[in-house]
Amino acid sequence: MKQTTSLSHKLAQAACAAVLWLSAVVPAAAGPGRIVSVGGALTEIVYALDGAEHLVGVDSTSLMPATAQALPQVGYMRTLSAEGVLSLRPDLLLASAHAGPPAVLEQLRAAGVRIETLAEDYSAAGIAAKIGAIAGLLDKPEQGRELAGQVQADFDRLAQWRAQSREQPKVLFLMAAAHGAPLASGRGTAADAVLALAGARNAAGELQGNKPIGTEAMIAAAPDVILLTDVVANAIGGLEAFYRQPGIAQTPAGRQRKVFVVDTLALLGFGLHSGQAVLELAKRLHDEPAVAADAGAGR
Amino acid sequence: MTVHAVMATAGPRLRLKPALSRAGLCWLLALLLVIAALAALGSGAVVISAGQAVAIVADRLGIALPWPFGADQQAVLLAIRAPRLVLGLLVGGALAASGAAMQGLFRNPLADPALIGVSSGAALAAAAVIVLRDSLFGAVAGAFGAYLLPVAAIVGGFAVSWLVYRLADSGERLDVASLLLSGIAINALAGSATGLLVYLADDDQLRSLTFWSLGSLNGAGWDGVAIGAPFLLASLLLLPWLADALNALLLGEAEAGHLGFPVERIKTGVVALVALGVGAAVALSGVIGFIGLVVPHLLRLALGPDHRGLLPASALLGALLLICADYLARTLAAPAEIPIGIVTGLLGSPFFLWLLFRQKLMGH
Repeated sequence: MKQTTSLSHKLAQAACAAVLWLSAVVPAAAGPGRIVSVGGALTEIVYALDGAEHLVGVDSTSLMPATAQALPQVGYMRTLSAEGVLSLRPDLLLASAHAGPPAVLEQLRAAGVRIETLAEDYSAAGIAAKIGAIAGLLDKPEQGRELAGQVQADFDRLAQWRAQSREQPKVLFLMAAAHGAPLASGRGTAADAVLALAGARNAAGELQGNKPIGTEAMIAAAPDVILLTDVVANAIGGLEAFYRQPGIAQTPAGRQRKVFVVDTLALLGFGLHSGQAVLELAKRLHDEPAVAADAGAGR
Repeated sequence: MTVHAVMATAGPRLRLKPALSRAGLCWLLALLLVIAALAALGSGAVVISAGQAVAIVADRLGIALPWPFGADQQAVLLAIRAPRLVLGLLVGGALAASGAAMQGLFRNPLADPALIGVSSGAALAAAAVIVLRDSLFGAVAGAFGAYLLPVAAIVGGFAVSWLVYRLADSGERLDVASLLLSGIAINALAGSATGLLVYLADDDQLRSLTFWSLGSLNGAGWDGVAIGAPFLLASLLLLPWLADALNALLLGEAEAGHLGFPVERIKTGVVALVALGVGAAVALSGVIGFIGLVVPHLLRLALGPDHRGLLPASALLGALLLICADYLARTLAAPAEIPIGIVTGLLGSPFFLWLLFRQKLMGH
């Protein structure tokens, strides 16, 4: 009995010492300090690396994980306000390359906030680079390597699967279709990168960026599959309503009723879950669910 | 004197007795403006007490006051809030004074500074910079840095309003009706050219364009104030100087000429000063609606149509409204921010409708 009390006493002492040591050392040990994260993929990576306790603010694109939405909101990434961000007393602004406006970033830099801008690159390497940079800032290189490894594994599985699939379906990705001309994703868009990764051809490949596409052009493009974002599908009033839109029935996708609704956030965000999301999409596009995918995924 | 005698019977609304004397209203507006400016300086997402704000300013003047403040508070007040306030005062004042002058020149209460093409020209130049930055402005962009957009917008605004002016100017005289028509045509042309750029833009550029067109004082610094202040101040200070001439123009151009006013030079001067003020305002803060249209209207109800009161009072009320709107834009969603054009539109449009219906009810 006596031994146990002394043991528990010692443990308590050790715990106290540890707490004191931590409270003395953790803030002093530079570390990342208080972080404002601007960019959905970046915020998600901070959470995945257990860095959430450093976060004091996020932007409106930081929707994942759901707990991030409880943090103070600095607004949309392109219209940051210098004073708003400063009021959160951040040491570090983790910024997507899309963050702005430039004048505000300049003001924040002048006010002594460290700004780390991370490039937006629609590829597995781009995601790995973001993870590596954030892991470095959080001083968690091990966890970073592990997380990057998981993401890479998803993309490797995708690559294996792609190597096995023979045909390349022609896919049209529509970012908008409810009001006026449908907006098709051409070259240089995240959707274009996703289609290439999924082993599909972009039916709007001759367009640059997201551009309105006419009904006739849509028929001429002859997509085997049409992808709609969840937002667009809702705005139209469901897939049935979309099939009734002029011109859709004249495309192979419309005839074979191959219009799919995709989760834009997971698919186009190029964050942690993109590899899985693209693989799922690839399976659907190639219309051969389990077999090839399982063969590729076997490990 | 004759001018005012005629004006007293010139229109149904003019029969109303001014509710306040001209000087009284101007003093009241100036007082409110000072209070609002101090309140704007002392409030925002970062907490700075009134004492601290005073101490920070005094510290700059070399006086130590017993209110301690942090370096970050000092930076926010001096580098972010103060230039933003100054820009808001200048932009709001210039927009409203320009609106009053345009309504005088066109003898139409619906005239807006945008009529002479300065806003659409600035918007076109801004869109060109945002969309073509890398391909066309690569070399220039480096030299101008973050100021490429405001400088280009000022130049674009001036260029388009100069074009509108040249089209309406026959060489001997500036026909105000032609000015209106060429303004409409060139505005449509500039709008289409901007639309073409929007079509060419990628998603990122598109979002930047959208937010620019909603207007904002966000990101204003002393450098921006330094670029715009000469133009804005020229417009603010010289337009009230043309008040007598604008009063005379209300009677008609021939009549104003008989009264001894150099009519052609005055029309040119008004167009030039409006282009200066509104061009710089749009360049530095994007498109901020309704200040130029609603403020002079409101004051015409209170003061009557005499430009000697209308122009300075418009400048004061425009500045007051814009810094109040900016205060709301900064604080309603803090630490995020709402574009100020949304706030002025939301406040301005219902008020404008109320004004219209009130006129209708009064049997106009």
